[in-house]
Amino acid sequence: MLKIQDLHVSYGAVRAIKGISLEVNDGELVSLIGANGAGKTTTLHAISGLVPAESGEIILDGTDLRRTPPEKIIGLGMAHVPEGRHVFARMSVEENLLMGAYIVRDKSKVKERLELVYGHFPRLAERSRQLAGTLSGGEQQMLAMGRALMTDPKMVLMDEPSMGLSPILVKEIFSIIKSLHADGITILLVEQNAKMALSVSDRAYVLETGLISMSGKASELLHDDKVRRAYLGA
Amino acid sequence: MKKAVKRGYIVNTVVLAAVYALCVVLAAALEGNDNFKLTIVPSIWQCCYLIILAASLNLVLGFMGQLSLGHCGFMAIGAYTAALMSLAFQRAGVYDEKSGAVFILIMIACAICAGLLAAVFGVLLGIPALRLKGDYLAIITMGFGLIIVNVINNLPFAGQNGLAEGTAAASLYATGLGFGSTAKVTYLWFAIAVTILCVALMFMYIRSKYGRAVRAIRDDEIAASASGINTGYYKVLTFAFSAFFAGIAGAVYACCNSSLSTSSFSFTNGSILNSTFVVVMVVLGGMGSLTGSVVSAVIMFFLNYQIGNGSWVHSLPGFIQSIFAYPMLVYALVLIVIIMFRPKGIFGTYEFSLLRTPGELVRLLKRHGGGKKAAGGKEAAAQ
Repeated sequence: MLKIQDLHVSYGAVRAIKGISLEVNDGELVSLIGANGAGKTTTLHAISGLVPAESGEIILDGTDLRRTPPEKIIGLGMAHVPEGRHVFARMSVEENLLMGAYIVRDKSKVKERLELVYGHFPRLAERSRQLAGTLSGGEQQMLAMGRALMTDPKMVLMDEPSMGLSPILVKEIFSIIKSLHADGITILLVEQNAKMALSVSDRAYVLETGLISMSGKASELLHDDKVRRAYLGA
Repeated sequence: MKKAVKRGYIVNTVVLAAVYALCVVLAAALEGNDNFKLTIVPSIWQCCYLIILAASLNLVLGFMGQLSLGHCGFMAIGAYTAALMSLAFQRAGVYDEKSGAVFILIMIACAICAGLLAAVFGVLLGIPALRLKGDYLAIITMGFGLIIVNVINNLPFAGQNGLAEGTAAASLYATGLGFGSTAKVTYLWFAIAVTILCVALMFMYIRSKYGRAVRAIRDDEIAASASGINTGYYKVLTFAFSAFFAGIAGAVYACCNSSLSTSSFSFTNGSILNSTFVVVMVVLGGMGSLTGSVVSAVIMFFLNYQIGNGSWVHSLPGFIQSIFAYPMLVYALVLIVIIMFRPKGIFGTYEFSLLRTPGELVRLLKRHGGGKKAAGGKEAAAQ
């Protein structure tokens, strides 16, 4: 579904991504793990056009994403859940979700998606009129995910969904990710919490200072000595 | 939800029509009254353009979260466009008396053209400027406000001594539009109708899908862009929309003055039309509340009027009087006091609503067990 060939991204003189290639197949849950500053978020931003790629190819179902402006990419069926719970703080929960469906013209479809998202996240339904800024961290993360689901995406990019959440909430968020995956949504997950990420993923890539150092089945990486020592604290 | 929205539109339209009718009837009844003619009517005219101006800046400052310090530049464009156009019509002999259907049509056309030209400048300024944020945007828009005044001054057909046919002075004698006190009473309906229409249009804009996108951009640009919103487009669109109404405010301004001078729109001391004054109005009313802007425009007008003309000023100690000679100092003080004690302004993001507010007020009064707050004023009801 998504194919990246030899991607390079720089911020001025700093080379953040130094030529990575990765692939996500239909229905797969692939995670991208690595330490701080390895370039995980930059990779996602390059995919959804929020930072320009210097060279390389990003192809989603035959469409070159590098030539597509960010607001059009979502129309191709790819949604992005940004890092750090970017919710619209001074808008209500429901308005936030409606923003997610901004590009959907059909009103009955929007309503249908709203019901579906409320089904996935009953907590959001309870708080539909509350201002998003007053939600707890976990609820805001759910809202950001729910908003991304409003367009009925084929593929979702998730950036650090567990960041700053309590262990119980992390579990809850990951069980939601699993259930989305079970519904057939393709997911590219970026995580620092490598253990959790590997335990739900099909495959994974390990990113180290802008280069992919390892890749393979998640279950194998989970037992790989080098990965265990570097990222799993064992 | 849908039904409530429809009901809201119906109730608001009916009440606005009633308020409007009341104003017109009152104006007719009081026509002979000197105090009404010489003080109250000109004040209402000034309030009208200040309301439109403050509400239009609130679109950019409150709802889009971008600081623009050049809003009076758009107003200047609108004022000069309306004045020059009406003057041209008069010279061409389309009308000579300021009455009749033809004149009213010309007045409306002038106001719309004033708005459109201001909107064109809004697009031209917005495309480069809105790539910047915060302080940088403030500086570039402020620069625009200063430059546009000089540009107008140096136009051969306007400004310094162009339009008055070489007769004099640094002002443009817009004999075409400028209303005397009798004409101001006659056309009071026009000022009120334009104000109600403009604020209603802005209200509908922020409540629409576009408005929701704009508020989303204010809250989080990255998330907005990830939701499929073309942030650049919406920013420029809103900026132009806001400039359009600032231009119309300029047209109303041109109507109620016998002469136009660019110094009214620059950062000179006596002028209340400088862009910082408008920012104070928006902040006082609440960034993100159009009804707040309406109320605070009226408050600031009265403050300004009282500082300049109130008889009570003369009974104050000398040093306060000398401060009042520089109204800008007072507005700065007002701004500081607001930021210290009520940073979100009078209304915050709350909108006065005919459907909700009466009920909420009753509840508030009950909770405090007595009459602490008086009901909202007529200005607020005009929403």
